[in-house]
Parts: sequence; structure tokens; C-alpha cells
Amino acid sequence: MSKTEYVSPEGLRLDGRRPMEMRQLRAEIGTVAKANGSAVFEMGNTKVIAAVYGPREVQNRSQQLNDQALVRCEYSMANFSTGDRMRKPKGDRRSTEISLVIRQTMEACILTHLMPRSQIDIFVQVLQADGGTRSACINAATLALADAGIPMRDIVTSCSAGYLNSTPLLDLNYIEDSAGGPDVTVGILPKLDKVTLLQMDAKLPVDIFENVMGLAIEGCKAIANYIREVLLENTKQLEYRRGL
Amino acid sequence: MRGLQLPLSQTQRIRLQRAFEKLQSLSSKANSDASVTVADTIPVNYEDAFLKGHGTTDLNGELVATVCGVVERINKLVYVRGLRARYKPEVGDIVVGRVVEVAQKRWRLEINFTQDAILMLSSMNMPDGIQRRRTALDELNMRGIFEENDVVCAEVRNFQHDGSLQLQARSQKYGKLEKGQLLIIDPYLVKKSKLHFHHLEQFGIDLILGRNGFIWVGEHVETRDRMVVDQANSSQQSMVLEEKNQTHTPLEMRQNICRIANAVRVLSTLGFSIDADLIMETVELSSSLKIDIHDMLGSEFHVLVAEREAERRSLMGKRRR
Repeated sequence: MSKTEYVSPEGLRLDGRRPMEMRQLRAEIGTVAKANGSAVFEMGNTKVIAAVYGPREVQNRSQQLNDQALVRCEYSMANFSTGDRMRKPKGDRRSTEISLVIRQTMEACILTHLMPRSQIDIFVQVLQADGGTRSACINAATLALADAGIPMRDIVTSCSAGYLNSTPLLDLNYIEDSAGGPDVTVGILPKLDKVTLLQMDAKLPVDIFENVMGLAIEGCKAIANYIREVLLENTKQLEYRRGL
Repeated sequence: MRGLQLPLSQTQRIRLQRAFEKLQSLSSKANSDASVTVADTIPVNYEDAFLKGHGTTDLNGELVATVCGVVERINKLVYVRGLRARYKPEVGDIVVGRVVEVAQKRWRLEINFTQDAILMLSSMNMPDGIQRRRTALDELNMRGIFEENDVVCAEVRNFQHDGSLQLQARSQKYGKLEKGQLLIIDPYLVKKSKLHFHHLEQFGIDLILGRNGFIWVGEHVETRDRMVVDQANSSQQSMVLEEKNQTHTPLEMRQNICRIANAVRVLSTLGFSIDADLIMETVELSSSLKIDIHDMLGSEFHVLVAEREAERRSLMGKRRR
């Protein structure tokens, strides 16, 4: 069996990108009218919608925290999001894990102590899956939380990077993701310059790992710049429309 | 960017864009650097003493915003006025809420706050208007005053030490709202003013602009405390007759309610701050152009309202100068 070439001799990847090139980003705020905050985030063909409700009254009184807000997160994947239409039961292991990851990442940046005895619900759904859903979900959730006016320490941005054909690759798509190589997902707080999420399900030598992670962090920073631009534009628009 | 989800034709899109550009050029603050996003550094003179207010935090000696909004400076205080957040109550605000639970001696009201607000039975005017201690019997008859899902108007009384919010309704003007529509808009669009109850005499309609973004448009009632007729004194027959009168709302009245409600909806989708004058102007615009009530939510009327608002604000700016 011949080995698939993920990077051609000319230095191009399967979808025509350079190894350190990211897919095109697109973000839209305010897509769910009823939610307190909502956003759609696209990275190439990966498309994710996020909706935030709250801070609101805690539904289950026994979970109420007296000194901080309760953050809940639900991740789901639309049945039509992948090529093969699989009926996945709600609450399978993969989505439970990603829900937990997103919840912990967002909880780290929300100033929960300012909203005691309340609950914040984050719902993210993958509309199109083409690799990097985890990072796209985190980016969408950040935008939605900022739209909902929830105080945050910093915005969280996330990006993935991999290592195939002895080349570090930024922002893997589905084909590269399923090649079985290492896939490093990093989430950072760009202003504080801190890592809040780091996941890898493979082995890598330390020196290469550092390169790959550095690349992913660069990707996160680029996404952060884009997200800030979108948020600033949105804020300005709301303000001038409101008038005096 | 928050896009309007409207099907616009090419010309409508250009007109709307032009109206928004005009609004942008009129607004003084949008052009300056007052707008910040999460984790933006707020420029302050560190040599002077300053107080950091809401929406800001201290990060390695720098003043940093924690919400998206506009930086406001009052004397030494620097704070970020957030847009599009849930309602932050202040004592004395007039709010409209929906009853979610009837509990022991209290009602729980959903008012778009981080918690449900509490309206105690003891901070209500009794229907018979007599000042007295509330008895166990009053407590049993609480559902006769407000039930679940009733819309209620009240005033913010105080914050409890545990952060929960108490309301009061100690006046004829507060109480249950009937025969009308409740609209929910973003609270930052409702400006604080001296008057939040409006009686639109030409339509015979009451308009209540709740500070929490809940807006009530309903038929005018003279005394709003008609909630409970004292069961013991009134005869059964007159009750039935009275109820029949109460349930009927004439068609014209319902159309008026819908027209005003749609005007509010249009203004809130466009993101304009809402007051009674602006609502009335929008209503007059729609009726002078003979636009049907259901067409008010179409794209053409949105564009018209945006153009009108741009014109109005530019006139206001000139007058001020």
C-alpha cells in the first residue's frame, strides 16, 4: 500500500494550502434571536453555531452555587454534518467529552464570581464537520459569550495543528485529521498569554511537539485578532444605531 | 457583525446602508476610540487617581475591559457600559415581569435578571385597599390575585443581603396587566426617563416601557387594581356580567395594539433606542403611508423607519448647535 502524500513536493497540502496556512474564517454574531448571545463561526468548511442563555435562575436548585455562577455546556453534532449520515444517540462518549472540554475552557475565562446563584447555559452545535470542530466550537462559544455581555477575563481562542509527512501542519481538515497522525488542539488566552486547553491523542518527540504547539499558538493568535475585529465592529454598530 | 435577517432588494439594501452610514456619522462616540471589546486595554492616566467601575478589571497594573461596550468616564470613575446584557436592576426602576411560581407568601417573577425577582404578598396593595396584616386566608387566596404566567407590573424595591431582588406594587398603577401584548426587547434600548407609563389617548392604549426590556402594550384601564372583586360582597350574577364585559376587546382596539406592538418590534430589530415619542412617530409614519399592520414587519418599512430616524437625528443635532 502506497503512503498517501499529505504534503506534495511543491509544499502544498491536499486542499491547496501551505503547511502554515489557515482556512478562511468567517464569523457572524446574533444568529439566534431568542438567545442572550449567539454566533456562527466558520473555519473553511467547518461550521458551528453557538447560543448562550443566562446568567439566569438556576433550574436545579440543588446545583446552585452561592459564590459563583454555574456554567453548563451542551455539544451536539447535527446528523447532516458529516458525509455518512449516522444516527448518534444523544450523550455519547465523544460529545460528553467535548462538552466537558468546552465547559472547562469557558469556565476558566468567565468571571463567575460576579454572578452568584445563577446559571449560564452554552449550547454548541456542529452544522458542518470538516475537522477542527473542537476549536471551532470554542471560538463560537467565545463570540456568543461576548455577545451575551458576560464579563470575561479574556477571550479564549483555539486552533489545532498536526504533524504529517514530517511537516507541522496548521488547522487540519477532515482528511488530514483522519490520517491518524498527531492532532494537537490548543486553547489560549491571548492577552494573558496563557494556555487553557491542550489536547493530543498521539505520541510526538518533545522537540517536534514544541514546534507543532508553537504553530497552533500562532494560529490561535491569528483567530484572536479576527474575533476582536468582529466584536469591535459589532459593538460600534450597536452603539451608533442606539443613538443618544 | 449583527446582520438584519430581512430579505432586501438591491435598492433597499443600498438605502438601508446609506441610512446606517448617516447614523454612524451623526453619532459622536462610535467614531472615537470609546468602544472596547473584551480584554482591551482602557487608556487612563495612571498618575491621576482613578476608580475602576463595572466591566473593568486590573491586569498587571493595566486597566482592562471585561465586556464589550463603551468606556464612560465620570470624574474619577472609569467604567464600561455594556450593551446587550441582561437587565441590571436599580432601586426604583419600573419593570414588567411574568409570574413563574406562586410560593409561600410570595410570587416569583421572571424579569430578565440573573435570578427571579420576588414580590412579597405584604408589599402588595390588597385589592380591597385596606391596610392590614396579611392573614393565612390572604395567603391561600394568592392565586386569586396573580396566577402563574400572569404579566405583572411592579417597581424594584431593594436587594436582599443574599443578592435576591424584591419588588413592590404599592400603588393603583401597578398590578396585573390584561388585554394586551408583551414584547421582549434588549434592555439597553429602553432609556431611563421620568415617565414609563404612557397613556396614548388617541388610541385609548396604555404603554408601559419596563426598564428590563419588557414592554407592555394594552388596552387602557382606569384603575388597574381591579384584580380581585371581594368575593364575599359581590353577588355571583354581577360578577359573570362584568367578566363578559371585560373579556371583549373591540377589533379596532386590537388593531391599534398590534400596530403599536409592531412599531416597537421594528425599532428593536433596527437597534434604535426606544421611547414613547419615537414609537408614536413610527406608528404615525405607518398609518400616514397606509401600510397594513402585517406589512410593518416587512423590509420596506424597516428601510423607511431607518431613513426617517437618520433624518430625525440629524435635525436634532442641528437644533442643538
